[in-house]
Amino acid sequence: MTAPARRIRIGCGAGFSGDRIDPARDLAERGELDFLFFECLAERTLAQAHATQAAGGLGFDPHLERRLEAVLPACRAGAVRIVTNMGSADPAGAAEAAAAVARRLGLHGLRIAVVEGDDVAALLTPDLALMDGDGPLGDVGLPLVGANAYLGAEPIAEALAAGADMVITGRCADPSLALGPLMHAFGWAADDWPRLGAGTLVGHLLECSCQITGGYFADPGRKDVPGLAFLGYPFADVTEDGAAVIGKLPGTGGLVSRRTVIEQMLYEVHDPAAYLTPDVTADFAGVSVTQTGPDAVAVSGAGGRARPEAYKVTLGFRGGFLAEAGISYAGPAAAARARLAGEVMRTRMEAVHGCRDPIRVDLIGLGALFAAAQEPAETAPEVRLRVALRTADRDVADALVREMEAMWIAGPAGGGGVRGRVTPSIVTRSALLPRDRVRPRVRMLTA
Amino acid sequence: MSRRVLLHAVASARAGDKGDTSSVAVIADGPAIFDDLRRQLTPARLKAAFPRQFRGAIRRYDLPGLHALNFVIENGLEGGVNASLNLDGHGKALSYLLLGLEVDLSDAATAEMQAATDDD
Repeated sequence: MTAPARRIRIGCGAGFSGDRIDPARDLAERGELDFLFFECLAERTLAQAHATQAAGGLGFDPHLERRLEAVLPACRAGAVRIVTNMGSADPAGAAEAAAAVARRLGLHGLRIAVVEGDDVAALLTPDLALMDGDGPLGDVGLPLVGANAYLGAEPIAEALAAGADMVITGRCADPSLALGPLMHAFGWAADDWPRLGAGTLVGHLLECSCQITGGYFADPGRKDVPGLAFLGYPFADVTEDGAAVIGKLPGTGGLVSRRTVIEQMLYEVHDPAAYLTPDVTADFAGVSVTQTGPDAVAVSGAGGRARPEAYKVTLGFRGGFLAEAGISYAGPAAAARARLAGEVMRTRMEAVHGCRDPIRVDLIGLGALFAAAQEPAETAPEVRLRVALRTADRDVADALVREMEAMWIAGPAGGGGVRGRVTPSIVTRSALLPRDRVRPRVRMLTA
Repeated sequence: MSRRVLLHAVASARAGDKGDTSSVAVIADGPAIFDDLRRQLTPARLKAAFPRQFRGAIRRYDLPGLHALNFVIENGLEGGVNASLNLDGHGKALSYLLLGLEVDLSDAATAEMQAATDDD
């Protein structure tokens, strides 16, 4: 048993599946990291991966190989261990693919751990009560594509203790991707609630990558961000007590300030005193946030209480199709012409195509995003009509796009820029499963 | 001298979503501004300002040490990404809906606004 480490540096190289790769490569090469994690699995991304896999495609993250090719050489050279949920619906397949990448790069002997057991579809019964007042599972009336429990940090820590250079999970709570390495490095116990709360804060702050280094933040003149095109991705220097300093690499764009940290600390948090993960009930209410230098912000004072008794499960269902289409009008009476086109679209969809689903008509430029909150403007120099609907009927969805194309010649004068698309829609519901029903497992592969 | 300003002039905000629930954190530029916001930005005020948008319960969590108010708005997203037909199904822009509200600043808060730099 080695002595507990004094300070651990953990970086975040992705906050969603399609995230940039160049800042992650930079972190791997220059970051002097101990761990680099990639959070790539939004709530609906996993259900979409199940659907893709069922259709014969990849069940794991489609960017896994490209991302690992970019960072693996530097991580191997610098002994940076990787943790990621890019396993998505197929962690075992992802691990095989990662091993193949490692071999291609000549990195033989790389040890890759797979965390499995999050797929709980086989455990579900129709009487399972859904959260948020959604009734029992049996009443949803849509085809289930997958169900996965949010696993915690313990299997990740276990995999690292077993010597993994890389840990690949499927569904896993986002902050656990950072907490697992911290538990392992510092030897934190699985019921050391205050430290697990502090480590969860570190994971929560980092898990959206550049949202803490100046992304989702700039407001010119009010909140200026230098070098927004080349945001550096974040890391945290964590000490054994769970306190951390958030930073980014010299020479990168963006900023780490009290404000970027506070905004991200509260991002998608409900009660700051009770942030629930599979690991802990984390308490961010008493956190202090202090700028300690340029692009260096210290956070301390997070606490924690006992973890929830149940695992949260996300269930994905095939929810039909989302159809969206648009056309633009500019110049005199642009708004009136766009409104008229919207009326024609609605009439045609109902009368000719028998659409009974709600049809949304937006006049972008007059007030679309806040249409339910504010009265629209009367006019604007140019207006884009957007029409959208959700339907179980593919023909109706396709008809919306065709009818918008007809607006070129059959709509009001001077309409241009028709675009439209139909996307399969995944809908999700949540449920709870008792902890003893879910069995996380760790398996090791060698490249 | 006290004055009325857009919330945007004295605070920043960030919006997130979980299902049909929106959460919007509002961070004041200073302690006196925070005191004013605490009095004026009540859940009732938000519901009254946007009754068709915010149809469900609104809870507010105060973080005085960080000069932050965290609003949790149930049924605030027209169904959320699962169901909304809004172009912005996540409600990412709702932070700026709130920043468009007007607030009255006390003398102390006005002085704080005038002294404030772009970012603390």
